[in-house]
Amino acid sequence: MKSQIRKIIVQVDEVLQEGGQAVSPPTRRALAMAVIANPYAGKFSENLDQLIDIGEELGGLLGERCVKALGIQPEDAHSYGKAAIVGEAGELEHAAAILHPKLGAPLRKAVSKGAALVPSAKKQGTLGTAIDVPLGHKDAAFVRSHFDAMEARVNDAPRANEIVVAVVVTDSGRPHPRIGGLQVHEITGTDGLR
Amino acid sequence: MTALIDVRRVFTHVEEIHHEFGPVASAPLVRGAIAAVLRNPYAGTYYADILPMMEALNPLGVDLAKQLCEAMGVFPEAIQGYGKGAIVGAAGELEHGALWHVPGGYAMRELLGWKGDRAAYLAGKGGVSTGQPGNALSIVPSTKKVGPPGTTLDVPMTHINASYVRSHFDAIEVCVPGSPRSDELIVILAMSTGARVHARVGGLAAQDISQWNGLR
Repeated sequence: MKSQIRKIIVQVDEVLQEGGQAVSPPTRRALAMAVIANPYAGKFSENLDQLIDIGEELGGLLGERCVKALGIQPEDAHSYGKAAIVGEAGELEHAAAILHPKLGAPLRKAVSKGAALVPSAKKQGTLGTAIDVPLGHKDAAFVRSHFDAMEARVNDAPRANEIVVAVVVTDSGRPHPRIGGLQVHEITGTDGLR
Repeated sequence: MTALIDVRRVFTHVEEIHHEFGPVASAPLVRGAIAAVLRNPYAGTYYADILPMMEALNPLGVDLAKQLCEAMGVFPEAIQGYGKGAIVGAAGELEHGALWHVPGGYAMRELLGWKGDRAAYLAGKGGVSTGQPGNALSIVPSTKKVGPPGTTLDVPMTHINASYVRSHFDAIEVCVPGSPRSDELIVILAMSTGARVHARVGGLAAQDISQWNGLR
């Protein structure tokens, strides 16, 4: 393991009714988070390769945990998103090093395909800081029914020298989407947009 | 007329704790909580008789206990700590949360109340009879509150067979973002597979349980 993991947390949010109407099948979103030590906490480093490698490792681990928690096959995943919260002895750039260079490829493998950009958010924070992980359809970013967000927080993290890394995978869009736009059955899935 | 038990949302939370800045555990401590968001049929008006719902919650409780154990990826025999709680939306009363006391405990006993020798069973020696009459002997510790959407609740946990086991006094924070709405109720079960990850404050140890009275 490249990352020193203190905790892994997996949540599943299943909505069976919304607005007084049954949601059938229920919408389900899975969130997997890892609380890791920040190898660059408290010191400036020009090179952030350790975090880039940690991002690669966690993209697969957290993506697979989400898919497993949903009990689905990778190709049945609909949308995804990623986020990181950096403790106060680290920099926002540390979150960027985890999220952007290498996390995406293993995450895409975990959900199969994944032509679209993985929407992301990052912030600095402290114990219990919440971050809303943005979500978009994995193969076509313009699918309007799948624009969403899932709140992620860990009550005892990040400590100053830690980072919380979060990945969300869903098997559905919002409950009762009805604001039009590009529909799932209209996806061509080649450019990641439509 | 809608059913008395009308579940809108189910939220599961499972954590694996490898360490808390001390020695890394050989097997991580697994703790989990499951929360069902349901309609509060008594919201907005005072009802003298709310007991019908208590009885009606029993099947939901059993179902949630099974789902939580499954989400934690362990067999019921591995569960060593438990707790329960409720969060009542703003149009309800704390007393509505108290409806969960009996069904929450019933659910744990249905899942964990296996009779036999746990150590022998886990060692593959079958259920040799001992002085232990069953599992889930302890009172299931609980807490409840009235709160707005996103309220957090620290659900207390203790050892399933003896409340005084000091290594297993714990609590897990539960939050269902966006819930409960004012006319809703959240019922919660929590379980863990062991002691606090670096438990070292002495007291009664799990292996020294001898009275099988739920306390020691």
